[in-house]
Amino acid sequence: MIRVALAEWRKLRRPALFLGTMSAVTGVTALITSLLFLLIDSNRGNAREGQLINRATLELPHGIAVGFSSSAGLLGLVAFCVFASQTAQEYTHGTLRNLLVRQPRRLVLLAGKFLAMTIFALISVILSAIVSIALAYALSGRAKVITTAWSTADARSGLLHTFINVFISVIAYGLIGMILGLLLRSPISSISIGVAWLLVVESIIAITVKHSGKWLPGQLMTSIASGGDFNSSYSHAMLILFSYLSVGVIGVCILFRRRDVSN
Amino acid sequence: MLAISVSDLSKKYGERVAVSHANFEVPFGTICGFVGPNGSGKTTTMRMLLGLISPTGGRGLVLGQPLTAPEKYLDRVGAMIEGPAFYPGLSGAENLRLLATLGGYPTDQVQGLLDRVGLGDRGDSKYKTYSLGMKQRLGIAASLLPNPQLLMLDEPTNGLDPAGIQEVRELLRNLADAGTTVFVSSHLLSEIEMISDSLVMLRKGEVIFAGRTQDLLLQQQPVILAKSANPDDLPRLLQIAKESGHDGTIIDGVAHILGPTEWAVDLNKMAFESGIILAQLSPMLPTLEDTFFEMTGDSE
Repeated sequence: MIRVALAEWRKLRRPALFLGTMSAVTGVTALITSLLFLLIDSNRGNAREGQLINRATLELPHGIAVGFSSSAGLLGLVAFCVFASQTAQEYTHGTLRNLLVRQPRRLVLLAGKFLAMTIFALISVILSAIVSIALAYALSGRAKVITTAWSTADARSGLLHTFINVFISVIAYGLIGMILGLLLRSPISSISIGVAWLLVVESIIAITVKHSGKWLPGQLMTSIASGGDFNSSYSHAMLILFSYLSVGVIGVCILFRRRDVSN
Repeated sequence: MLAISVSDLSKKYGERVAVSHANFEVPFGTICGFVGPNGSGKTTTMRMLLGLISPTGGRGLVLGQPLTAPEKYLDRVGAMIEGPAFYPGLSGAENLRLLATLGGYPTDQVQGLLDRVGLGDRGDSKYKTYSLGMKQRLGIAASLLPNPQLLMLDEPTNGLDPAGIQEVRELLRNLADAGTTVFVSSHLLSEIEMISDSLVMLRKGEVIFAGRTQDLLLQQQPVILAKSANPDDLPRLLQIAKESGHDGTIIDGVAHILGPTEWAVDLNKMAFESGIILAQLSPMLPTLEDTFFEMTGDSE
């Protein structure tokens, strides 16, 4: 599996993909964190769905991580696209046959690819955390947010928890991307269908159907990243999402193991 | 010792039979040509041998291991199936290093392999900038990564210029001489005839010949080509041949008469006695191409 991961890493580290993705992560995090502080006095809100996160909240120990956790959804989308494209392109490039000749244990191949992409996602989450924290400090003065509580042990502990939750959420997005990539075998189809579902369809359902947020995967991943929110408690979100992912992963593993590779 | 042995190997997609009860063997250290018209099941058979698709019937052994356990033999097999396939955004060398890493083979052999297939100075160029011939060469280099005991190549000379085709021919011959078994499909039957020790011929998913190339060619009737000084004498020459029990036809001013090589002397003598002066008389064994078309009924 390590060999597969190392081989996959050769693909992931190429500048166009690695620097491109990390630039997107930096941009997304910077935008969300900046809006959080720069629109703190705006009556249109400074967080997702028009919510207002006020000065008092940001001055709490966990305030240091609010920008970072708010970036989780878009970080997740980036991970979704990377996992989906890197999986599905093996079919469109026809490279899957080369990989399977060199590593005929199909589930080992999948696991190795997942491991490499997880490391890739981990780097992006670490980068996002660094950018968000640096910007939070940089913009706190302008937003008149007092940062004394951000250097306490509580803040460090909260930051660690947020990091773990964001990472879990990002990996869940990635896994969904990988599942769609394996099912649809086309990067364009898997990314367009996935993004349309997560950004458009889920939002419409969440608005129109009461309490649906606690069953929709995209909403659940957001809940996990924030450590639980108005949609769902943390434990409920983890349980439901884990169930969804388990079914999806088992299904595609069976399919991938049995399906003929004829392209 | 056999590198490949299959019995009753079959693959069906719904009602469509892609490969039907294929039986053939490929001895170690030989070059075996795998020929058949488009859609005859060559690539499907190769995919089954590589564990990429599951047979719906029959059995097979590759390097002594069953097809059901490709992980037991693929580390000793090099393959290029249905053309080269690599990541367009990576260089040729990086593509090879990726596959070497995946297979657990040393990555420091990559430059040597690129040199061996004539891509030594283009290894750092991105794959997407390669010509078809260069892609094909990279595919061959990738297939050599495991220093294979068995090499399976599907149309390795596609897109290569004549010099490239000759290089591949020499490469395959050298590999076979060094003990590698080569199982190669090609549309270039003259190439296959030149390099292969044995042959597996498919038609509509069925093996119609499996054995030594020479045995196949010897099964066919040799032809004597005869050209008379006066073209008007050719029908009379055919008549003389027919009276001796040898059929023939006239194609482009040349009589093609079925008959063994040694009978050419008798034909010459009979023609002379009948007042026909022959300007050309050459016995000819049928080529693999002639045999192929005759056996497959495919003249495309």
